[in-house]
Amino acid sequence: MNDHQDVTGLKFLRLGMLALAAGMFFGVIGGFQFLFPEFLRELLFTKTRPLHVSLVVSWIFLGSIGGIYYYLANHCQLKLFSARAANWHFWIFIVTGLAILACYFAGRFGGREYFEYPAILSIPIFLSWIMFGVNYFKTVFKSTEPWPVYYWMWGTGIIFFFITFTESYLWLIPYFRDNMVREITVQWKSYGALTGSWNMLVYGTAIFVASKISEDEQTARSKMAYGLYFLGFFNLMFGWAHHTYLVPTVPWIRTFAYAVSMTELFILGKILWDWRSTLTSYQINKHCNAYRFMFAADIWVFINLILALVISVPAWNLITHGTHITVAHAMGTTIGINTMILLSSVFYIIRVELPLEVHSGCSNQVRLGYWIANISLAVFFASLVLAGLGKGLHDGGSFQEMMLSIRPFLLMFVVSGVTLMFGIWIVLLYAIRLINLRLSPVTRGDLAREY
Amino acid sequence: MTLCLAFIPYSAYVYTRGTEAPHMTPMGDEARAGQTLFQKHNCTACHQFYGLGGYMGPDLTNVISNKGSPYARAFLMNGTQRMPNFNLDETELDEMVAFLEFVDTTGRYPANEYQINWYGTVVENDE
Repeated sequence: MNDHQDVTGLKFLRLGMLALAAGMFFGVIGGFQFLFPEFLRELLFTKTRPLHVSLVVSWIFLGSIGGIYYYLANHCQLKLFSARAANWHFWIFIVTGLAILACYFAGRFGGREYFEYPAILSIPIFLSWIMFGVNYFKTVFKSTEPWPVYYWMWGTGIIFFFITFTESYLWLIPYFRDNMVREITVQWKSYGALTGSWNMLVYGTAIFVASKISEDEQTARSKMAYGLYFLGFFNLMFGWAHHTYLVPTVPWIRTFAYAVSMTELFILGKILWDWRSTLTSYQINKHCNAYRFMFAADIWVFINLILALVISVPAWNLITHGTHITVAHAMGTTIGINTMILLSSVFYIIRVELPLEVHSGCSNQVRLGYWIANISLAVFFASLVLAGLGKGLHDGGSFQEMMLSIRPFLLMFVVSGVTLMFGIWIVLLYAIRLINLRLSPVTRGDLAREY
Repeated sequence: MTLCLAFIPYSAYVYTRGTEAPHMTPMGDEARAGQTLFQKHNCTACHQFYGLGGYMGPDLTNVISNKGSPYARAFLMNGTQRMPNFNLDETELDEMVAFLEFVDTTGRYPANEYQINWYGTVVENDE
């Protein structure tokens, strides 16, 4: 058993899983409103959409941050520079998060897409992120060995989140706000890079977990791993403009982004594929639940890679842009890749922390939730692609006629969204119960006595 | 380090010459107030500009030149089965329409006339 220096990481993970559970619930309500616009008029779609998006994005950050705090303190032989600052970070996240949710419920908006809350609430997010960054770098600078690639990825993710989050608020300056082309381009430049920065946090976690399960640190020190890092970094900075092919900017910005986008995701798929082939059956069985989710992430990387490549070709982007295919891409990556990787990280931690409660590393409840979630996600993904094609290829006619023509796909999307939510909930219920067990004062006392 | 150094002038270019829009009408105070209203009611949850935003409602980039200001005003005033009535007063309606009129001058979406190069890029004919 490891030296348990700090449990803040586990608290972040538990909060993240609760955010995911709630986020999916609001997503399902939003799905019903898409199909039946008069459903739950008391909680308009203008509220359910930001509730859904913010909670699910919170899960990605909380899951990544929780893993980083936990791994640094318990697996990297590095004592956190300040456990107190990590705890402050946690509480600032909770208080700010609750304030943002309250604003959404009350219909108090004022920001831009994805950050719809009043802009003033971004200040505590900035401050807590600085606190996180200082804590992270002060901790990893204590390492005397050359850094494995996940330290670089986490560090880059932290720095570039700060840069891109700042950039996403440039609209507050009249120079940007008064020029619609500039404002919308800079907004999507920041969002593209911001997604790249959280991918750095998540993919760093993926490589960390993969190296620990295989008990082979080379996974995190190979040329391929560093190749992934540089490619991801390159994409983070320059690959955003495929979102804005149809905004009238200077053409070379779009062409450049097209070339950059073609390289995306490829090496991650290669690394995870190679990693799986090196595992022994002992390692797979020992970390059965963690392995299962990493395997799913691997498959979803390839599916999303194909879609990302297709929609990044400007000629095809003409059809897919502004359609549900973009949503399929967003959902496929946030659920299929990011969520699967972070759940793998959660189950790796559970296996390490509670070896007596999770004897074999496998669980029937997790297996059930895993299959329901992944099959549902496949249907969900396909229905969004079909709806997007229906919209993109719709020739003339009104918006209502177009919506009517894709209604069967939207129905499929809503039904699979409901089963996807239940599948994930089954998994989360199991994971949260075990994390609670680990965090309960009684269990912590027992563990302390035992080890 | 080289990547980071390249990122700075690249970003500066995007912030300046890369996004100059000389064809665009300057944004007036009324349109600016409409932009604030657009954010206040979180219209982007359902609507898009240049295909960016939510998909519950139609793209609004060129709603003015496609359908006309009175059409947009009628929707804003009454709502629809899909869109709630936000109970905007006369001034707010004017501001919102002024904002949509401003957006309409920024460009065309989707592009009407374009050419596709053999390597997959698209060039709009007015570029």
